[in-house]
Amino acid sequence: MFNKILVLLAVFGLLVLASNARSDEFTKEDLKKWHEAFMEVVKEGERLFHSPLGRNKVSCDMCHPNAANTHPETYPKFQKQLGKVVELRDMINWCIQNPLEGDPLPLDDPRMIALEAYIKWERRGVPLAPGKH
Amino acid sequence: MKKLTRRSFLKKAAIGGLAAAAPLKMVEVVYGQGAQEKFTFAVISDAHLTHIKGTKFVRNFDEGLERAVTEVSFMDPPPDFVVFGGDLAQLGKKEELEHGLEKLSKLSLPIKFVIGEHDFYLDMGEYWQKHIAPLNYSFDHKGVHFVVLNSILTYDSWINQFKDPMERMLGMARLDNPHGSPFIVGEEGRRWLKKDLAKLSPDTPIIVLTHSPLYKIFKPWNFWTDDAEKVQAILARFKKVTVMHGHVHQIIYNQIGNISFYAFMSTAWPWPYPPTYTQKPNNFPKITVMMNRADPFHERDGTGWSWAEVAAGRVTHHYELWENTPRTVYYDEKLGHPVDKDYQDPSKRIPPQIHY
Ligand SMILES: [Fe+2]
Ligand SMILES: [Fe+2]
Repeated sequence: MFNKILVLLAVFGLLVLASNARSDEFTKEDLKKWHEAFMEVVKEGERLFHSPLGRNKVSCDMCHPNAANTHPETYPKFQKQLGKVVELRDMINWCIQNPLEGDPLPLDDPRMIALEAYIKWERRGVPLAPGKH
Repeated sequence: MKKLTRRSFLKKAAIGGLAAAAPLKMVEVVYGQGAQEKFTFAVISDAHLTHIKGTKFVRNFDEGLERAVTEVSFMDPPPDFVVFGGDLAQLGKKEELEHGLEKLSKLSLPIKFVIGEHDFYLDMGEYWQKHIAPLNYSFDHKGVHFVVLNSILTYDSWINQFKDPMERMLGMARLDNPHGSPFIVGEEGRRWLKKDLAKLSPDTPIIVLTHSPLYKIFKPWNFWTDDAEKVQAILARFKKVTVMHGHVHQIIYNQIGNISFYAFMSTAWPWPYPPTYTQKPNNFPKITVMMNRADPFHERDGTGWSWAEVAAGRVTHHYELWENTPRTVYYDEKLGHPVDKDYQDPSKRIPPQIHY
């Protein structure tokens, strides 16, 4: 499936190359490189997800093996326990502060991006369902 | 509303201490009948006590075990014994096992210990066998033959790759380890089991207590015993066989041939149900009605303990779910498999039981 998309994107890239060389051009090699850059972050996210991020040795994977039961596709949503619409990163911080007894990460912290990358990668292919409880 | 009264009573008992409270009456429901003497046993499992440093342990997990111990102490009539289903420790440390034993010592009942992988892989079961229990043993109780079977061994090739015991422990402790190794009872364990059962008639009801399920649910998380079929074959000649296991931290029940399976709750945290991980296929039992989705904002939701009523060699399993509605799963003689007392009919299911 993923390979097919790669091929499609590559073909599209070649067509663009043939018709208009000034627009955004990328090759198969570019796509591979960018995907590898993404997977590096996923890997870092996986490492963080399996490390104690707070002060009590508890880690995310203890309740969420393979990031299961995190439902990234449902965010943003009304988080009934917080009484407002929040993003996945708000819940990640809630988990870091409560079960993990740690300090919240800045929302643009590279570690937060890595955690989100890992969580979403483990959920790839599931249709977006913003707002779903 | 009997149950509600009892539950609120339990809460008060836990807060107020033993002195202020009168013993509670267990609700007696029996779904089987026969000549055998009816009895109950309680189950506490998967406490995962986690040492931080010095005398510090993870508060949340300590409180789970403490609450289960208090509530089991208040059962009236008391159960005949308590089963501990394994994973007393998080990383097999002496500090963790001793901390757990101290908490369990508040029970004035005999405890039947089953070892979990978190108790085993630091010292390969040395402390456990010296101070807690053998890895395989059996006992007879009121006409039922109980077997405690160690099911959390694995292949030597995996074990031998580690030089450092803690690395080995951490490798096994990570549930979603892509380089993990499936559980086995192993040849020696199966030989022991065969010998243990050899003299029994097929009419003897058998209850096997293990840590991992003696069947195959989901390999990526080791909800799986690799030689399960061989163990099932040893049990095949008996008319009434029940396997009860820990490790999965959630309500699961199943029927394979003559064997009924029931999982224990954890006092520490719930695992997600395997079908919620969408990247890998699973063999999750179709007859299980899943428990309600846990609310992380209620710390004890998704955890609990259970008690089993044994009548005519069949088990009725009562799940005491903290911060949630209790569940009862019993063996239905007509259907020939375990069913949930309230929710088995698909039209009776409720939205929180839908996991995705
Ligand atoms: Fe466990
Ligand atoms: Fe376990």
